[in-house]
Amino acid sequence: MTADTLTPPVTTPAEPPIPQAAPARRNRRKWEDIRAGYVFLAPWLVGFLLLTAGPMVASLYLAFTDYNLFTAPEWVGFDNFIRLWNDPDYLKAWQVTGVYVLVGTPLKLASALGVALILNAIFRGSGFYRSAFYLPSLVGASVSIAVVWKAMFIDHGPVDSVQQILGFPAGGWVGDPEKTMPMLILLAMWQFGGPMVIFLAGLKQVPQELYEAASVDGAGPIRKFGAITIPMLSPVIFFNLLLETINAFQVFASAYIISGGTGGPARSTLFYTLYLYFRGFRDFQMGYASAMAWVLVLVIAVVTVIFFRSSKLWVHYAGDEGR
Amino acid sequence: MTATQLLVTAPGIRNRARRRWTWKEVVFHLAVIAILVVILYPVAWMILSTFKPSAEILGNAELLPREVTLANYEKALGGIGGVSFWSFFQNSTILAVLSVIGTVLSSALAAYAFARVDFPGRTAFFGIMIATLLLPFHVVIIPQYIVFNALGMVNTFTPLLLGKFLATEAFFVFLMVQFMRGLPRELDEAARIDGAGHYRTFAAIMLPLLKPALVTSAIFTFIGSWNDFFGPLLYLKDPDLYTLPIALRLFVDQSSGSDYGAQMAMAVLALIPVFLFFLIFQRYLVDGVATQGLKG
Repeated sequence: MTADTLTPPVTTPAEPPIPQAAPARRNRRKWEDIRAGYVFLAPWLVGFLLLTAGPMVASLYLAFTDYNLFTAPEWVGFDNFIRLWNDPDYLKAWQVTGVYVLVGTPLKLASALGVALILNAIFRGSGFYRSAFYLPSLVGASVSIAVVWKAMFIDHGPVDSVQQILGFPAGGWVGDPEKTMPMLILLAMWQFGGPMVIFLAGLKQVPQELYEAASVDGAGPIRKFGAITIPMLSPVIFFNLLLETINAFQVFASAYIISGGTGGPARSTLFYTLYLYFRGFRDFQMGYASAMAWVLVLVIAVVTVIFFRSSKLWVHYAGDEGR
Repeated sequence: MTATQLLVTAPGIRNRARRRWTWKEVVFHLAVIAILVVILYPVAWMILSTFKPSAEILGNAELLPREVTLANYEKALGGIGGVSFWSFFQNSTILAVLSVIGTVLSSALAAYAFARVDFPGRTAFFGIMIATLLLPFHVVIIPQYIVFNALGMVNTFTPLLLGKFLATEAFFVFLMVQFMRGLPRELDEAARIDGAGHYRTFAAIMLPLLKPALVTSAIFTFIGSWNDFFGPLLYLKDPDLYTLPIALRLFVDQSSGSDYGAQMAMAVLALIPVFLFFLIFQRYLVDGVATQGLKG
C-alpha cells in the first residue's frame, strides 16, 4: 500500500558498482571530495566542537570544582563525588529513577509488543489504529499532558471516582508518595505507541514462509512465537529497549509538573534530572551538578555497553546479506 | 498469548478486500477498540472538560459536560501577568519555525557529507555522530548555560536556536543519511560525471529526492520545539519571551492548583498545533518512526 511507498527505501539491495572515472581526473576529484566533505560537514562539526565536545570537557573539569557561577571555580578533587555518595537526596533520586527505568520501560515495551502483535494480525483498519495509538507518544512528554495527568489523578478526579465505584479506598494519587510512581509509569505506558509502531514495522518484515514451514513441521502457535517471531524481531526489540531505557533515565517535564516543581510528595518524584536541575540551576552548585551529569553519562554508557555485549547472545541478525 | 495465534496464521495483505470477517478478527477488533478507548480517554476527557464549569470537572469520571461553558477558554486566553496568550503562542511559533529551518538545512548538509562524499575522517565522524545520539544532554547543558550567561544571551532565543542551525539533533542527520543511502547512486554519479560539483548535485539532485525525509524531520522538529520544556525553562526568564509550555507552568502555579478547567483549556490550546500536525501528517510521522527501528 501507499504506506510503503512513503517509507524511505532504506532496505533496497546493494548498490551497483560506481562507474570508474578516468585516472587523470581521479586525483583532482579526490581533493574536491575532501574539500566538499568538510564544507558540507562544517555546521555539524562546529556544533559538535562548540556545543558538545567543548562543554563535555568543561563539565568534566567543573565536576572536580566548586563553582557557583559568580566566583571562579575552585578545584576540590573528588569532593563532589564523595558528597554525592553521602547525599540522601541523591541516593533517593537514583532509587526513583531506577524504579522508573526498571519497571516502566519493560511495561511500556511489553504493552507496545502486545498491541503490535494484535494489530499485525488484523487488516481492516490497522492503519487507523496504528495512528491513533501513536498519538500519545507525540504529546505525552508535553507540559499539557502532565497538567491533564495531574488533574486526572487528583482527589475527586476521574481516576479517584472510578476507584471509589470499584470499591477501592478513596483518594487522589498526586499527593500520595506511594502512588506517584505508578502514576508516572502509567503515563510512560500510555506512550507505548512509539515503540509499537517500530515493532509493527519489524513484524511486517518477518517472512511468512518461515511460519508456513514451521506449520508444515507441526509447530504450534506458541512454538512459532518463541522460535520465529521473537528471534526475527530481536534486532527491533534491542533497538527499542536501548532507546527507551536511555530516554527513561532523562524524564523531566512530567515529574516537574506533576510535583509542582518540587520532586514531592516526600521526594517520590525526585527524578535524577529534576535533582540535577535543582542543584545546578536553583542552588547554582554547578560543580556538584556537573558531577551528577557525568555519573549519569557513565551509567548510561555502561548500560549501553552491557546492552551491546549481551546482544551477541540474544539478538539474531538473520538475513543481513539480504538488506 | 492469544495474540500469537493470529499472528501465525496471518495471510497476505493482497486479498484483504475479498476476505470475510472471521470470528477471530472480530475478537481482535473488539480488543483493540477496548484498548483504544482506554488510551484516548485522557485526551477526550481533557478536551471535553474544558467546556465544563469548574465545579463539574471533579467528583465524576464523565466525559460529556452537562452544561457547556466557554469561561475556561476566556480565562486561558486572558494571558498571565499582563502578557497575552498570543504572545506565548507567537514565541513558540517563532522558535519552532526557526528550529525547523535550522535543523532541516544543517542536517541535510551533514547527511550529504556522510552519505555521498568520500573524505578522510568520515567514518570516525559518523561514529561520533551516532554516539551523540545516545548522549544525555545534561552533560553539556551546564557549561553551555555558563557560556551563554557570560555572553549575555540568557533571556534570548539564541541558546535555544544555535544548536538547531549546527545539526546537533543527531537523530535527523541519521534519518537523512539512512534515506540517502537508499537512493540510487547512479543519479548523483551521473550528475557528477556530467560535470556538476558536489554543491549542484546536492541542491539540484539530492535535496528534491530527500523530500520525504526532510518533511519527516521538519514535522518532528516543529513538535519537539513546540513541546520543549527544559530549554525555555532554563533560558527564558522574562514572561514576554515565554513559550507556551513554560507559560502553562506559570499559569498552573498562579491558579494555585484548583482551577483545572482553565488549566486544561490552556493545555488544549497549547496542543492544537500538534494535533493539527498529527491529523495532516500522520503518515509521515508514523512511517518516519517505523523506519528508524529497521536499520538501527
